[in-house]
Amino acid sequence: MASYKATRIPSFPRLGEKVTQDTLYWRNYKTPVQIKEFGAVTKIDFSPLSPHNYAVTASTRIHIYGPYSQEPVKSFTRFKDTAYSGTFRSDGQLLVAGSEEALIRLFDVSGRVALREYTGHSKAVHFTDFSADRFHILSGSDDYTCRLWDIPSSAEVSRYSEHTDYVRCGTPSRLNPDVFITGSYDHTVKVFDSRKERSVMTMDHGQPVESVLLFPSEGLLVSAGGRYVKVWDMLKGGQVLVSLKNHHKTVTCLCMSSTGQRLLSGSLDRHVKVYSTTTYKVVHNFDYAASILSIALAPNDDSIIAGMTNGVLSVKHKKHPEDRKMVGGTSRHRPAYRVFVKGKNYMPKQDDFLVRKREKAHLKQYDKELKRFQVSKALDSVLKPHVRLKTPEVTVAVIQELNRRGTLKNALAGRDEKGLSILLSFLIRNVVDSRFAPILLTVAEMVLDIYMKVVGQSAVVDKQILKLQELVEKEIDYQQELMEVLGMMDTLFATMTAKKEAAALCLVHFSTNHCISKLSKKIQKGG
Amino acid sequence: MVASAEVRVARCGGSRINFIEPIITLDSRFLLCASGDAVHVYSTSTEERVHVLQGHVDLVTGLRLNSSNHLQVYSCSLDGTVKLWDFTDGILIKTYIVGHKIFSLYVSKFHEGTVFIILPMESSANTEAFQLVALHLPKTTGPEVEARDILSVLRDVSPIPKATSFGRGGEFVASASGLQLSVYFFRKQKTYRFSLKANDKKGARNRFTCVASHPNDDCIATGHEDGKIRLWRNFSQKKEYTYSTEHWHHSAVNALHFTPEGTELLSGGVESVLVLWRYGAGSKKDFVPRLGSAIEHISVSPDGSLYCTSHKDNKIVVMKSSRDISAIIQGLVKGETIRTDLLIDPRTKALVCNGKPGHLQFFSLRHDKQLYNLDIVQQEYIHEAGLHQCEVTKAAIDAQGSWLATVEERQENPEELDIILKLWAYDESTQSFHLNTSISMAHEGQISAMCFSGDAEATMLVTTGRDGHFKAWLLADHPDAQGEGASWSCDYVGSYHRREPTRCCFSADGSLLAVGFGEVVTVWSPSTWELLVTFSQPPGDIRDLCFGRLSCSKYLLGTTTKNLLCCWNLLTCSLEWSSTVDVILLQPDPLSENMAAFSRASGSTDLFVFKPSEPRPLFSQKAVCSGTVRRAVFAPREEVLEGCDESTQWLSCSRLYFLTEHMELMTFSTKSEEDQIIASSKQLVIDDSVAVTPFYLLLGKHRKSQRETQDSVSSHTAARIQLPQGSPAIRELLHTPAHVLPSASFLCNMFVNSLLISKSGVREDGRCREEEMGSEEEEEAEEQESEGEMEASVSAQGPAVQGFQTEPTPQLSKAQERELRKLQKADFSWLSSLLDS
Repeated sequence: MASYKATRIPSFPRLGEKVTQDTLYWRNYKTPVQIKEFGAVTKIDFSPLSPHNYAVTASTRIHIYGPYSQEPVKSFTRFKDTAYSGTFRSDGQLLVAGSEEALIRLFDVSGRVALREYTGHSKAVHFTDFSADRFHILSGSDDYTCRLWDIPSSAEVSRYSEHTDYVRCGTPSRLNPDVFITGSYDHTVKVFDSRKERSVMTMDHGQPVESVLLFPSEGLLVSAGGRYVKVWDMLKGGQVLVSLKNHHKTVTCLCMSSTGQRLLSGSLDRHVKVYSTTTYKVVHNFDYAASILSIALAPNDDSIIAGMTNGVLSVKHKKHPEDRKMVGGTSRHRPAYRVFVKGKNYMPKQDDFLVRKREKAHLKQYDKELKRFQVSKALDSVLKPHVRLKTPEVTVAVIQELNRRGTLKNALAGRDEKGLSILLSFLIRNVVDSRFAPILLTVAEMVLDIYMKVVGQSAVVDKQILKLQELVEKEIDYQQELMEVLGMMDTLFATMTAKKEAAALCLVHFSTNHCISKLSKKIQKGG
Repeated sequence: MVASAEVRVARCGGSRINFIEPIITLDSRFLLCASGDAVHVYSTSTEERVHVLQGHVDLVTGLRLNSSNHLQVYSCSLDGTVKLWDFTDGILIKTYIVGHKIFSLYVSKFHEGTVFIILPMESSANTEAFQLVALHLPKTTGPEVEARDILSVLRDVSPIPKATSFGRGGEFVASASGLQLSVYFFRKQKTYRFSLKANDKKGARNRFTCVASHPNDDCIATGHEDGKIRLWRNFSQKKEYTYSTEHWHHSAVNALHFTPEGTELLSGGVESVLVLWRYGAGSKKDFVPRLGSAIEHISVSPDGSLYCTSHKDNKIVVMKSSRDISAIIQGLVKGETIRTDLLIDPRTKALVCNGKPGHLQFFSLRHDKQLYNLDIVQQEYIHEAGLHQCEVTKAAIDAQGSWLATVEERQENPEELDIILKLWAYDESTQSFHLNTSISMAHEGQISAMCFSGDAEATMLVTTGRDGHFKAWLLADHPDAQGEGASWSCDYVGSYHRREPTRCCFSADGSLLAVGFGEVVTVWSPSTWELLVTFSQPPGDIRDLCFGRLSCSKYLLGTTTKNLLCCWNLLTCSLEWSSTVDVILLQPDPLSENMAAFSRASGSTDLFVFKPSEPRPLFSQKAVCSGTVRRAVFAPREEVLEGCDESTQWLSCSRLYFLTEHMELMTFSTKSEEDQIIASSKQLVIDDSVAVTPFYLLLGKHRKSQRETQDSVSSHTAARIQLPQGSPAIRELLHTPAHVLPSASFLCNMFVNSLLISKSGVREDGRCREEEMGSEEEEEAEEQESEGEMEASVSAQGPAVQGFQTEPTPQLSKAQERELRKLQKADFSWLSSLLDS
């Protein structure tokens, strides 16, 4: 005696992106918190100290946010014009920022007024940072120079005017206090050593450089500009290692994950791409609502923060398993563990006579009805809202099973207005889905055959039938257009000797088209 | 028989076991069923075949237990004999020659020395008429007895065994034929006939299908074509009979049976549901659903503890009265048609073909036993006539047996065609195939051919479809986070001038693919998908294609529908030879260069076996079977057959099996092979006196070698062969069930002693006899003593034991000793016969 075989629900190949380990990792963030700033967010920098506050430079202010706060815990508002590049020192005590007024300001994080102001640049300062020895400030400006300042004396230590266009980005070396790198709109990235008069290395990016980033090992340098992200090998004297072209607008910012294995790039095309630093392939992609100007990752990748041109700061926090437990644990009281294992952990003794309880196979509601040959009830059970909306493939599989048993007509017949309108709404929703189309077209034909006589008695049903007709007609037009496109493609493919899959594709479309046009004729006849 | 009489077409296994109703022995340990012209005895608990009772020369048609001796069984056959067997030992006791075809056999407890059989009526010219007769069995001794004492009981009966039934206490016999029920009362010697109308009001079909009588009540149950069951009562009067009707079955009732106590009536039909009607409780009933296939016969063991149903798919299900299945005996499933090719599973060497609907069966040819069924369709089977079922139409296994490809098809109307291509991976841990990939609508039309490439590294599957394309499928790895492993995907779609591909074939090394498009053969390179060359021999479409093997791998053979067998040379790209034979089936031997070609010739089929490189066929046989051959396959042998001459050389490493039009599985066997089988069976007969246990095999070998050494030693002394005197003890040891034996340490001493060989044969012999005599006396003495007097018995033993100082007897408990001695006594005859020889 074989047991009842449950209805098989076919699994359809999932279209779209493949689920990889990376997608799972980068998807594990909560829905973003949106914070509105006063202007375009040009720089986000995390404090290296423990609560990991972050400074957001937007318009004429620098706000410091706590890791989970939505209101700034502190703000520096003494700028007369747009502020740029608010950056923490490596001890988290000081913050430096450039501004449109060609000044560099140094703040104490706990204070309010600027501790020092460094004057000397003649144009807006877009890039400021601290050197690795903490005693100097680097700056790059629109006056084509980059300078090194002494913090306590506010004196300019050295000046490099090798760039021939705006210097908009740069980064100090974390390992060597004398070395720093700048990128400029003259398409070059230059490496300077404060002990030397001139730059020690020059790399040609080919586009105005918007952002540079050093790898933690500092053997590799990443530069972004135009649509390109380029990786340079510093140890080979600045050879280009790889050139990535995955954005379709200018790449504005770069950022490295805490482990150094993933590289993130944000762009004006509103995407953030995640690259693997071993293969330099895009492993994940984030979409944002507006063009991205700045991006930062919290230590341990706890949150991703992106600043956009419309002044919105998007903060995504990582999901922690404890969070979910806290929510679930308080709301529901579950039975104790021993309730489940009761009687099941008994070890039989040697002379015990074992009576086995037959394993009862759990059947779904529709299978129970099908087992009893209750076809209408089986169909009803899969037309319940939660089934037909969430898992239409189950509904379709049961319909297919009924068709196989030759009892689909019986199951469809004898429905009242409400039942019929549910059925029609399901058809309207799914009939053009290519996965379900073959069987649902049969169903639609049957429904029209059965209920032809009662057309005109119910306004709701009539409306739905008209909607179905409209939908089918639209689909026919669409298919026709597709056929035209395929015809064009065929002429292209004909010149190539490569694989002929397109022909097969064409056939598929042709057959569905044929079915649909048949149905449409039927509806017109009925209506 | 042109070539030689050496090679013979033999029927091989897989005959129907559901032809007549099986019977269960009185102790419910064995189940007997007829299978072709033999009777098989199965164990009801282990499903193992215990004996095969061979002796009839035609189909066995009836099987009944001897009511006077429950260890004997009567069988009747179309060869006109009734045979009496001892089924526990598998011995033919007696043969009664009747001289007419016998269609059925009945035994009644109340008619000693008589069996009832159904014979064709001689008097009438009409061969369709049959009569039920009582056959008096003569008591004369001798293995073959003429039985001519025939007394006619009922005329015009149905030859179907289940349409006749003996009633309460053997008082009457009821038989149904067409629309008439006849009841004959033995005491009154009177027949009552009850007729039903052919068509009732509601379009009912009233023809009788089966009859069952209540064991201890005057009630007859009849089954009808429309699924009704009628219970007839009060039928001893012509006029006042009554019947009540029960209706559950939606189509004909195939079998009816009352339980021995008469509390339940069992019925079954196409629905494959066993219905248990409670007798005298109206229409109260229980069901045992989903038995797998239409029920043909039902039988119940004499003590009512086991029910047994035999099914249309050559299956017998034994279930306990608690409705738990206790055993399933499955033969080779043979439907009306076979859609798949015959395949050989490289791992188990089993034959793979269509089995139950939606399944593939793996049938071991060597053991004539079904290994397992693989559910391909994985859908609930609806037993309903006229329903379009999903069928497995194609199957292919790759050379290593690690991948199985199947195609299932369901076509309701020409427009709606469901095709699913499924690929199954062999799982080492569970030792079976698991679904890996399922591709729906792999082709837009039906799939006409399918084959795996022989390449071990990269297995490739090629399918050809009626949509004018052939597709190549490759195993591709998709590293997904969901942990799904490699699955199959389409690698290439090819076509040739919009023609329809019909056949495809890979060369042995997988470097070439030949696809037949209509009358054109195209040869492709699977690595680059380049069309290398085309061959064509119009007119006539390609029917079969295959590459030569081994030394003939440069040849490509093709057969066309217009009676042409062509052989192309792939090196010169030209036709090597062709001949005008109407080849319906071309089958290459995977282990040699040989090809088997079946050709049609006026109502029968001829076989040619040839090598592509040689012009003369190796072997040819006219008329291997009547009608056409449906499928054929070469199966590798377990061991290479030796001693083959030239004409049988082709059978040395593989066997050719084929399916005839009537779905019979046939094979070719050589004379030397048959001789070997006969010799081995003789050998088995000699050894039959001792139960073959692993222990015996171990010991037997040892003993044999011992005997040989003894032979050499004792030959010059001219003394008789001396067996170890302890052998009765060993025998006893081997025969006694393990649970009554004393502990092994206890027996060890005795056992070792028994193996010791004394030097002087004659004296030993005498002493042995003495010992046995002594022990007999002892036993008598012991029997006189009461059980309680243990000490006394030990003291009585004392002197006897002292007599054998050389071999200290182990201390056995009293019961054990008695048992041992009993056996020694029993083995006396054996010993004396040895002495005589």
